[in-house]
Amino acid sequence: MPEVTLPGDLRTQSHLHPAGSFDLADHPVPTGREEVWRFTPLRRVEAILNATAITDGTGLQVTVGAAPDLIGPPLQAGQAPRGTALTPSDRVAALAHAAARHPLYIRIPEGRAVADPVRIDLHGIAPEELTAYHLVIAAGAHSAATVVLHHTGAAQCLGNVEAVVGDGAKLSVVTLQDWDATAVHLGQHEAKVGRDAEYRHIAVSLGGDLIRLQNNVSYAGVGGSAELFGVYFVDGGQHIEHRIFVDHNNPKGKSLVDYRGALQGKGARSVWIGDVLIRPEAEGIETYESNKNLVLTDGCRADAVPNLEIETGEIVGAGHSASTGRFDDEQLFYLRSRGIDEAEARRLVVRGFFAQLVGRIGLADVEDALMTTIDRELAAATPERTHA
Amino acid sequence: MTTTEKGLVISDLHVDVETEAGPKSILKGVNLAIRPGEIHAIMGPNGSGKSTMAYSLAGHPKYTITSGSVTLDGTELTTLSVDQRAKAGLFLAMQYPVEVPGVSVANFLRTAKTAIDGQAPNLRTWVKQVNAALGRLDLDDEFSSRSVNEGFSGGEKKRNEIVQLELLNPKYAILDETDSGLDIDALRIVSEGVNRYAAQGDRGVLLITHYTRILRYIQPDFVHVFVDGHVVEEGGRELADELEENGYEKYVKALV
Ligand SMILES: Nc1ncnc2c1ncn2[C@@H]1O[C@H](COP(=O)(O)OP(=O)(O)O)[C@@H](O)[C@H]1O
Ligand SMILES: [Mg+2]
Repeated sequence: MPEVTLPGDLRTQSHLHPAGSFDLADHPVPTGREEVWRFTPLRRVEAILNATAITDGTGLQVTVGAAPDLIGPPLQAGQAPRGTALTPSDRVAALAHAAARHPLYIRIPEGRAVADPVRIDLHGIAPEELTAYHLVIAAGAHSAATVVLHHTGAAQCLGNVEAVVGDGAKLSVVTLQDWDATAVHLGQHEAKVGRDAEYRHIAVSLGGDLIRLQNNVSYAGVGGSAELFGVYFVDGGQHIEHRIFVDHNNPKGKSLVDYRGALQGKGARSVWIGDVLIRPEAEGIETYESNKNLVLTDGCRADAVPNLEIETGEIVGAGHSASTGRFDDEQLFYLRSRGIDEAEARRLVVRGFFAQLVGRIGLADVEDALMTTIDRELAAATPERTHA
Repeated sequence: MTTTEKGLVISDLHVDVETEAGPKSILKGVNLAIRPGEIHAIMGPNGSGKSTMAYSLAGHPKYTITSGSVTLDGTELTTLSVDQRAKAGLFLAMQYPVEVPGVSVANFLRTAKTAIDGQAPNLRTWVKQVNAALGRLDLDDEFSSRSVNEGFSGGEKKRNEIVQLELLNPKYAILDETDSGLDIDALRIVSEGVNRYAAQGDRGVLLITHYTRILRYIQPDFVHVFVDGHVVEEGGRELADELEENGYEKYVKALV
């Protein structure tokens, strides 16, 4: 299959987002001044950015839970559907692309509704090596499926996930970052959403020393919908960065971006970048993006940067909001006045903060599993007292 | 301090509120004793400090008790945390109940009941109890899946406070303008809830109100007129009738 090229290379027109490239030479080692790198602590990823030896997934024990006919053969670079949705946006994704020579390939046949989620467990077993994986998901036209990636263990991991969502297909990708405290995980997720297709991406980042995910969406036809949800819990010293880029390059599409995070402990740091580009041809689209952070203790920092670039006024709606707040004393007082002790009251408020978002996902199984995970996280980390 | 004296006893209570400009004195020596089985009505003009008293008894962090004491069946409350006061048997139905997004009424009620009783309620009977309590306040079962106070109408908020009163069944209940913002049907439903609670015979009620309207449904044993941070007049039911006639004017004027 020939490489897909956009007419006139529309990508370069956006100042929100540099053009992607498979060629590592197009992605020089960043200095930290670049827009896409300025929020990331480069010291902590210096070795990765300069890496010359990256293993092809050997640092991970990978278990795929799926019917055999859903698992395709490894795809070489340039072998479609590999490369038809994801073009590396940054050096990390380009490194991963070059190193991951045997991608996992999940293909959902046309018209097939897969009831049980496809489960892919990626367990870090060799934290001393820098390892890369690539997952390709091709959801055939009018298919329906959920793919859950579960990252655990200790690793330095680069991971690219690309999803080609066929016309009228419903695909949900859940990516759970539940690493050991030392893990470093960077990567790019990118979807191309077909005509009238529904794509959901749910990123849950809990454990790991540094997580940085670039999450891109564009549309392959009219009327596609993308809902990008995120939940993160950042503890002291952790850096968790979610970067979103929705490229409305087709008419009548929808995008909803909703990320929420809680931070506690000295040096806890979250970054959320929400870039939405509405191209001239994207008439009749509707987009909303939101990021809310709850800062539970002193010494945390949450950066939220929404960007809307609107090149046509002929749209249904476009909006964004971002907020970072602390516990509401009135809420805590109300709960405590009913006998609920301070720690429990804080847990309830944080749980409610996430439950609001989780309730919007619209997939009962995913919602239940996510609330169980959040409850476990809350039980493990009793929010400390804040100091006024 | 612990004695065996039964009652919610407020003695010479002085309270400051934190403001931008520093602390401001609001309560200026409140004395009041509510014994088990009694219903007390506190009536006073807006801004007289009624809510300040309710909040400071419950331990709201914005209010500082500068002197005086409050005992509940002999236990000094002022040194206890907010939740310890509730566990000691105090309940405050708030004038402005607070929204807690994402926390369902069901989860909230179960967590509160577990905290107050020191053990989780029996799951089988609890859900029935909750639904029955909701039903008595004319709220349907589905109400318990909504987020606490979020998007509730004024009436739903107040009814939800009374649901909590019934389920948590504290020793002493302070109801801060539970009647305000209610239409006539809701007022009756809420009043019946308070009367059911009081009918147990050994509970104390402190009913704070601005209007005499609710006193047609709830019969107070004592009425206190509250002006400028303290009680200026005490009497029985007839005092409420007199206030209905003449308003607070003579008490407010006396201050000038
Ligand atoms: N948080 C606050 N900041 C500043 N002033 C307050 C605050 N809370 C109460 N006050 C003042 O205290 C007085 C009593 O208020 P409040 O207790 O609400 O009265 P009531 O409930 O009788 O209407 C009023 O003058 C009010 O303005
Ligand atoms: Mg008031």
